[in-house]
Amino acid sequence: MAEEVKHPLKKVLMICAKGSLEDVLATLVMANGAVMEGIETKVFFTFFGLDGITKKRMNKLHTAAVGNPAMRMPGGLPFPTWLGSIPGVEAGVSAMMKKQIEDLDIPRIDEFLEMIVAGGGEIFACKLAVDMFKLKREDLVDEVKNIITIGEFYEMADGLQTQIIFT
Amino acid sequence: MVQKEYAGKVIELDDNGYFTNPDQWTKEMAKEMAKENGEELTDKHFEVLEFIRKKIKSGESLTIRSIGKSGITDIKGFYKLFPGAPLKKATLYAGVSKPSSCV
Repeated sequence: MAEEVKHPLKKVLMICAKGSLEDVLATLVMANGAVMEGIETKVFFTFFGLDGITKKRMNKLHTAAVGNPAMRMPGGLPFPTWLGSIPGVEAGVSAMMKKQIEDLDIPRIDEFLEMIVAGGGEIFACKLAVDMFKLKREDLVDEVKNIITIGEFYEMADGLQTQIIFT
Repeated sequence: MVQKEYAGKVIELDDNGYFTNPDQWTKEMAKEMAKENGEELTDKHFEVLEFIRKKIKSGESLTIRSIGKSGITDIKGFYKLFPGAPLKKATLYAGVSKPSSCV
């Protein structure tokens, strides 16, 4: 049998549309991982995902303590939804997440974006969402290369061995 | 397991070409490995390789971030030194195992 010809990924485009801590981090881990592999990487932040590249908000992202069925108490017991609605609980949960993430040497959002750009990755903001949230260029981190439309983003998905990932 | 000769010595490599025994490594071998990729290693490269070897030996986790904080080079510089997939390449030349970290 002829040997299978492999076509490794050359370019990856990611779309981050959600703004909880773990949603943004998941995108950044995957984007940075792609950059580390030498894959051309472009990330598009839209809707609440914009929080991840908004100066005032990026390092204050939270993990949802309500409506998160996968949430567990320390020790593995179920985390009741009503508990998450008590003031301060979500902040506590988020602080705990941040601590555990830090222990794995995963950087804060701002430093993560710096790492991705340092490695040649590119960050974009969605024009529609920027207009919707009434943001200006200066509200976004310097790592953002440009504010573009989704059409312009798709145009970048040219060439073979390219994938678009929605997180 | 594969065997390959570097700097006149037969070295045991894993399936990905990484050293299985870091103690067998010498600078000469690193130079030969780099040459296979058409690359020339400078003193700066070796500073990074020594840093990686020290980290691995002490059992600490190795991330691209820790290299950026090493004081030897920043992350941008690291990508320039080892173009493409820097952490994979640098650990290969450093004679240690393939990196298992996601960051």
